[in-house]
Amino acid sequence: MHTQTLAELSLGLANGDFSSQELTQTYLTRIEQLDGQYNSFITVTAEQALAQATAADARRAAGDATALTGIPIAHKDIFCTQGVRTSCGSRMLDNFIAPYDATVIEKFNAAGAVSLGKTNMDEFAMGSSNESSFYGAVKNPWNPDCVPGGSSGGSAAVIAARLAPGATGTDTGGSIRQPAALCGITGIKPTYGRVSRYGMIAYASSLDQGGPMAQTAEDCALLLNCMAGFDPKDSTSIDRTVPDYSASLNDSLDGLKIGLPKEYFSDAVDSRIASAVQAAIKELEALGATVKEISLPNTELCIPSYYVLAPAEASSNLSRFDGVRYGYRCDNPADLEDLYKRSRGEGFGAEVKRRIMIGAYALSAGYYDAYYLKAQKIRRLIKQDFVAALNDVDLILGPTTPHPAFKIGEKNADPVSMYLEDIFTLSVNLAGLPGLSMPVGFADGLPVGLQLIGNYWDEARLLNVAHRYQQATDWHQQAPKGI
Amino acid sequence: MQWETVIGLEIHCQLATESKIFSGASTAFGAEPNTQACAVDLALPGTLPVFNEKALEMAVKFGLAIDAEIGKKSVFDRKNYFYPDLPKGYQTSQLAHPIVGPGHVDIQLDDGTTKRIGVTRAHLEEDAGKSLHEDFHGMSGIDLNRAGTPLIEIVSEPDIRSAKEAVAYAKKIHAIVTALGISDGDMSQGSFRCDVNVSIRPKGQDEFGTRTETKNLNSFKFMEDAIKLEVERQIDVLEDGGTIVQETRLYNGDTKVARSMRSKEEANDYRYFPCPDLLPVMIDDDYIDAIRATLPELPDARLARFKEQYGLSDYDAGILAAYGSMASYFETAVDACGDAKLAANWLLGEVSKYLNTAGIEIDASPVSAEALGGLLVRIKDNTISGNIAKKVFDAMWNGEGSADEVIEAKGLKQVTDSGAIEAIVDQVIAGATPQVEQYKAAEPDKRGKMLGFFMGQVMKASGGKANPGQVNQILKKKLDALCD
Repeated sequence: MHTQTLAELSLGLANGDFSSQELTQTYLTRIEQLDGQYNSFITVTAEQALAQATAADARRAAGDATALTGIPIAHKDIFCTQGVRTSCGSRMLDNFIAPYDATVIEKFNAAGAVSLGKTNMDEFAMGSSNESSFYGAVKNPWNPDCVPGGSSGGSAAVIAARLAPGATGTDTGGSIRQPAALCGITGIKPTYGRVSRYGMIAYASSLDQGGPMAQTAEDCALLLNCMAGFDPKDSTSIDRTVPDYSASLNDSLDGLKIGLPKEYFSDAVDSRIASAVQAAIKELEALGATVKEISLPNTELCIPSYYVLAPAEASSNLSRFDGVRYGYRCDNPADLEDLYKRSRGEGFGAEVKRRIMIGAYALSAGYYDAYYLKAQKIRRLIKQDFVAALNDVDLILGPTTPHPAFKIGEKNADPVSMYLEDIFTLSVNLAGLPGLSMPVGFADGLPVGLQLIGNYWDEARLLNVAHRYQQATDWHQQAPKGI
Repeated sequence: MQWETVIGLEIHCQLATESKIFSGASTAFGAEPNTQACAVDLALPGTLPVFNEKALEMAVKFGLAIDAEIGKKSVFDRKNYFYPDLPKGYQTSQLAHPIVGPGHVDIQLDDGTTKRIGVTRAHLEEDAGKSLHEDFHGMSGIDLNRAGTPLIEIVSEPDIRSAKEAVAYAKKIHAIVTALGISDGDMSQGSFRCDVNVSIRPKGQDEFGTRTETKNLNSFKFMEDAIKLEVERQIDVLEDGGTIVQETRLYNGDTKVARSMRSKEEANDYRYFPCPDLLPVMIDDDYIDAIRATLPELPDARLARFKEQYGLSDYDAGILAAYGSMASYFETAVDACGDAKLAANWLLGEVSKYLNTAGIEIDASPVSAEALGGLLVRIKDNTISGNIAKKVFDAMWNGEGSADEVIEAKGLKQVTDSGAIEAIVDQVIAGATPQVEQYKAAEPDKRGKMLGFFMGQVMKASGGKANPGQVNQILKKKLDALCD
C-alpha cells in the first residue's frame, strides 16, 4: 500500500480495497521499523491515529467520506495540535502540550484525515538542513549521510521514505520547496494569505505560509483543497474563493508562456542540476508550452533583504518564549533577569539565537533605517520585478536549489554558505507569490528539484503544469533504494 | 529667579469595549485572576491578533470630539520589551501612524478665561496584565485578565503651565471620554491613568528644561500633588546649582513621596516595527461621517447651552455641564420643577453636600432627579419652605419616600391659613413686650432689621411650618399698627 500515491490510496479507500485502520497500521508499522534511520518524526501519535482511522472507517460506512477521510498524514511540528506535544523542533517547547488545534489541523480533522504524528524540523523553522532541530538531524532517505533540506525536512523525508502519503509543511524562505527538491518529492508554498497561519508557530509572520508536501502534484492538490481558505482568526488570510485544485490538473499546456530568469541559470548552479532542468523545459515545450528568457534583476538582493526582515520579525515573535507561562524554564532562577537570560539561553539553539540577535540589531534605534527599512524597500523592488515579469509570462521556471543535498555537518561552520542555498526560493516569499517544487531528475543519485513560480492565487496553474509534467515523466515515482 | 513650569500629559484611557482589542475575551473588571485571558491573551505559540472594530469606532469618536485629524490609514506597531505581565514580549501599539492626529481641547481657568491645550495625538494600544507581588512567598503572581484591554493613549502638547491647568486638562479629557461613552473613566480601577512630564525653565526662556516623567497617577488629587512636589524638587535642584536628570519617577499618593524609577540610560530600546500580523487600518470619509453623526452633545457645547438656556453663571454651568450624569440629572430635575435656578442651587448645595459626605457620584444618589424635582415643586407652590425642604430631602435620602409622602407623613405642610398665622403672631407679640417696646422706639428705617427676631419666634412657634412670606407680611402689618 505504501508505494501508492495519496490519490491512489484515496481511491482504494473509496473502493473498499482496504480500510483506514489497515492503511494507518501499515504506515505506523513502517514508521516504527524504519524511522530510526531517518529521525523524521518527533512525536508519533499511534493510539490517536488508530482511533481517528476507526472513526474514519465509520464515517465512510455512513456515506459521509471526503477525499481525505481515512488518509494518514504527518504534520510538521510547527502546527499546534491539541493534547499533543508541539515542540517546533526546540528544547524551548519540548514540554509544550498545545491546548488547541491550528486552523489547518482543524480542517484536516474535519475532513476525517488521520494524523500519524509530528515531523522533525529545523528549530523554529530556522534552517535549510534540518540540523538545527533539538531532536537531532533528519537523514535524507536517498543518502543518509546527506541532509533532507529544511526547515520542513522531516515532512520531506517522511514522503520520500513513504512513511506517510502526505504531509504538511511551512515555507518562510523555501522551507517546503527546498526539502521537497532535496528529497525528490512535490511541495507547494501557496500565495501568502491562502492558508491560515493561526496555530502555526510564527517564525517571520509576513513570510510564513503553510502548504502540502506529497509524492505528486495531484496529491498536493487534494491536500491544498483542504488546507486553503479564509480564516477570521488570521487577519492576513484573504477572503477569496478557493478553487478545486484537482479539477484543473489535466488542463492543456498549449500556449503556456514560461519565463526563464537569466539570473536563475547562472554558472553558480550545479551543472547536473542545470541539465536536469533543461531536460524538463524540453518536456514542457513538448507538452505545448513556450519559453522565453526574462530577468529578475534584484535576485541577488533577496538574501540580504530576507536575512534582515525574517530575523527582525523572529526576534519579536520569539519574545513570548520567556520561561514565564509555558515552555522551558531554567532551574532555580535567582531573579527575573536570570530567569529570562538562562531560560532563553538554555532553551534556544545556536541558529535561533543568531537570528534573534541579527533581528534585534536590525531593529535597534539608529540601525532601523539602514537595515529594516532598507530591506523593506528591497523587498518592494523584488516584488515589482516579479509583477513586471508575470505581466509577460504565465509562470516562471528555474532550479529550486543551486546544489543537490549536501552532507550533514558540511555547512555548519559557515552559515552564510547555507543561506546562499535559498537564493531561488527566498524571493518568492518576499513577493508573497506561490511556488512549487517537483522532482526532475538526479545528480549522482540525489534528487534534483525544479521550481515553478506563479502569479498571485495561481496555485491551480502550478499544480496543473506539474501534474501534466508528471503524467509524462516518472521522476516523482522514483523511491530511494529499499523503499 | 522666576521659574516657569512646562507640563505635558500622557493619558491612558481604557475603552469600554466588551471584548479585548485583539481577542474575544471579556474586558470586565474584577474577575478571578487569569479567568478572562484566552489563548491569544496568554500569547500561546501560534495565536494571532484580530482587531476589534469597536475600539476603532471609539478612538475615532474621541478624535472627532477634540476636533482632530483622523488617520485614514493607521498602523499597528510592536513595542518590544520583556516584562512578565507582557505575555508576547511586545505591546501592540501605534507609533508613526496613529488613529488620531493633532487636535485640541479648551480648559477654563480660574480667572474665567479659556485656554486651548493642544493634543499631539491619540493612538490605540493594548494594556498589559498585572504583576502581583504580595502573597506569593518571594515570588510574583501574574494576572493577565487586563492584558489586551483596549486603550487610547492621549498625548498633549507641552502647553500646560501649572498643576491646576494640568488637572483642568485631565478633567476635560475625562469629561469628554465619559460623555462619549467610550470609557467608564473609573480612575480607581485604572481605567484612566495619567503620566505627567514636568520641566521648568527661567521665565522668558524659549527652550525647554530637562523633563521628568511621573507615571500612573490615578487620581486628580495625586496628580496635582505630584506635579507641585516635582516642580518644587526641580527648583531646589536647579537653585542649588544641580542639573535635572531625565528619568521616570513614581509618586506614592498615600505617603506623598516620589522616587526615581529609572533614568534615560536605563530606558529600553523598544525596537518598534510595524506588526506583520495586523493589516493597516484603512477608513474613509463615509465611515468618519457616520461616526460623527452619532456623537452626543459634548461638555463644551453643553456648557454654552446651559448658560444660554438656563441663565446659569459660568461657575454653576461649569460644574453642572462637565459630566453627562450630572447634566442629565440637572435637566431632568428642571423638567420636573420648571425652575433652573432652584434646581441648580439645590444640586450645587444640598445634593452635593450629601454626595460628598457619602462619597458617591450623582448616578448613585438615592434621590432620583425626578424625586428632587418633586421636592422643588413643593417649594415653588409654597407647600413647604426652603428650610423644611432640607428636612424632607434628608428623609428622602434615607429612603422614607417621595417628597409628598414625607411631607404628609411628618405633617410638614406649610401653614398658609392667614387666620392661623395671625393667631401665632398675636401670641408672639403678646409674649415679647420688651422687644415690642424697642421696636416701637426705633426709627422706622431700623425696624426692618428688628423684624428678624419676631420672624424667628413665629417660625419656631409654628414648628417651621408657617409660610415665611405670609408671616413677614402679617408681622409687619400688626407691629406697624402698634406704632401708629
